[in-house]
Amino acid sequence: MSSLEELRSIALSARRSGRKVKAKAPDNRIAFLFLAPWLIGLIGFTLGPMLASLYLSFTHYNLLKSPLADPPPWIGLGNYSKMFADPRFWNSLRVTVEYVVVSVPILLALALGLAVLLDRGLRGLAFYRSVLYLPSLLGGSVAVAILWRQVFGKDGIVNAVLGLFGIDGPGWIGDPHYALGTIMVLHIWTFGSPMVIFLAGLRQIPDMYYEAAQVDGASRWRRFRSITLPLLTPIIFFNLVLQVIFAFQTFTQAYVVSGGSGGPANSTMFLTLFLYRIGFLQYDMGYASAIAWFLLMVIAIFTAVNFLLSRFWVFYDD
Amino acid sequence: MTTERLQDPGTADPVDRPSAPRPIRSRESLLRRQRAATAGKHLGLIALSLVMIYPLVWLVVSSFKPNDEIFRNLSIFTTNLTVENYVNGWNDLQFPFGVFLLNSTIISVGAILGNLISCSLAAYAFARLRFRGRSLLFATMLATIMLPVQVVLVPQFTIFKELGWLNTFLPLIVPKFLATDAFFVFLMVQFLRALPNELFEAARIDGAGHFRSYGQIALPLMLPALATTAIFTFIWTWSDFFGPLIYLRVPDKFPVSVALKGFLDAQSSSDYGSMFAMSVVSLLPLFIIFLVGQRYLVKGIATTGIK
Repeated sequence: MSSLEELRSIALSARRSGRKVKAKAPDNRIAFLFLAPWLIGLIGFTLGPMLASLYLSFTHYNLLKSPLADPPPWIGLGNYSKMFADPRFWNSLRVTVEYVVVSVPILLALALGLAVLLDRGLRGLAFYRSVLYLPSLLGGSVAVAILWRQVFGKDGIVNAVLGLFGIDGPGWIGDPHYALGTIMVLHIWTFGSPMVIFLAGLRQIPDMYYEAAQVDGASRWRRFRSITLPLLTPIIFFNLVLQVIFAFQTFTQAYVVSGGSGGPANSTMFLTLFLYRIGFLQYDMGYASAIAWFLLMVIAIFTAVNFLLSRFWVFYDD
Repeated sequence: MTTERLQDPGTADPVDRPSAPRPIRSRESLLRRQRAATAGKHLGLIALSLVMIYPLVWLVVSSFKPNDEIFRNLSIFTTNLTVENYVNGWNDLQFPFGVFLLNSTIISVGAILGNLISCSLAAYAFARLRFRGRSLLFATMLATIMLPVQVVLVPQFTIFKELGWLNTFLPLIVPKFLATDAFFVFLMVQFLRALPNELFEAARIDGAGHFRSYGQIALPLMLPALATTAIFTFIWTWSDFFGPLIYLRVPDKFPVSVALKGFLDAQSSSDYGSMFAMSVVSLLPLFIIFLVGQRYLVKGIATTGIK
């Protein structure tokens, strides 16, 4: 069960039971000891900083000054009004949303298609799974992002292949029309990990469903449409939610492929990269905090919409 | 479906549709059709695998080519191989590449230790203890998995700056000892829940407290989950770029990820050979882990739905 499924079932059972009589909890003290490191981390490094960054987003906080000796002045919605008036911000939002909306569905479709292709007794499954998974494992590294710059460079492999068909390809990385596309391809290249999740899900579907359908003369496509797909919708949904959340946080690839600039012409200036440049190169940490909270809100909205839409297409057996 | 498209049209029998009622003689042609479909599947998969892997193979081969040949000849078949890129690349940056490898290793080992200890403790509490507020805390833990790091970034940076921890490995290691990677708490909870309750009952009847039961029953039985945690922590920490980029500003503290960026900054030199060679060096540990730990990787992804 994925973390999201777990959250969903907690929410469901809370709704069902309402506020029941508290069960006896004999392990309170010892549990506190076991949980102590996690609780300190939760308060000190997660919840505390979350609230602090919300507060800082309403201040003018320059990184070079110590916030304790010299508290940052409160400027109300100043950072937010600056943000909404900033064309660079809107450009970053557009770039990021475009990246997520285009690459995640393609990534998941490929992952699902290959998982179905590999499922059920195809010889060499382990081999193909390994080979297709390897890019997911290496895809987050700086080395692969560096490699990508060369693969899509003017003299790179992609143009060499296009050259075979008589096409004179552009320098993809340096062209504002294509640079974002190369980062999307890099992301799609890592479809292996959701594929592994789909494969595990496919294994849960009982063989007898397919056997029964075959007896009834259902075609391959029909079996996929009427058995595989509906039973897999919860896993597709959870993959979708998580991949969207993670894709919004892409940083390394955009940074390295653009050489840290978000260029050419800001075409790869992801929100995360924009935030980094505002906060850590211009030291405007108040503004950076506002961008961070805006990013959180965007992710929350996308996730909420995903959950709302899931009523119409996700099929639960429970 | 894709299989139909991949299949060679010459070998497929267009008349023999699975939904149509079949005369007896077509059994053989059905078999032939299935065999052709399987062959087509394999062909397609092999082609796709090649496309997926080609950039990586090209990277490795190019790292052994003389610098002036890398882009003149993009083929991966070449006889003109040399290790000079590795020799040059090792000393191309401000410090020998070994320094960066060592830094990455220290940070990774610290992070692994931290995650193993802190996450297993928290997981034991969630999986085996009954305490007030368990559901709420557990739900909070799950929610933090999905929290974007950017939203805690500025205050965390301030904390580490005020502590005087900038340009040390501490900001990258200490949070791991406080179970901030909640993924792994969840992974271990899943694993612990699947263990038979009787084991823990027996220990309790024998008078073992929870710490003994954690150390002598849970931990040894959890080895596969601990291995998965160690492997994923290693991969993420080794590849992590953002953390070191903001916390480490002095070159002698750089891990390989940030050090590699140095090759891009010094692009005027256009020494692609050295850059490729050190890229390969930086990927090698990940590749070895991939070969050794595949079983745990696949299981880890499948049970938690992590990246």
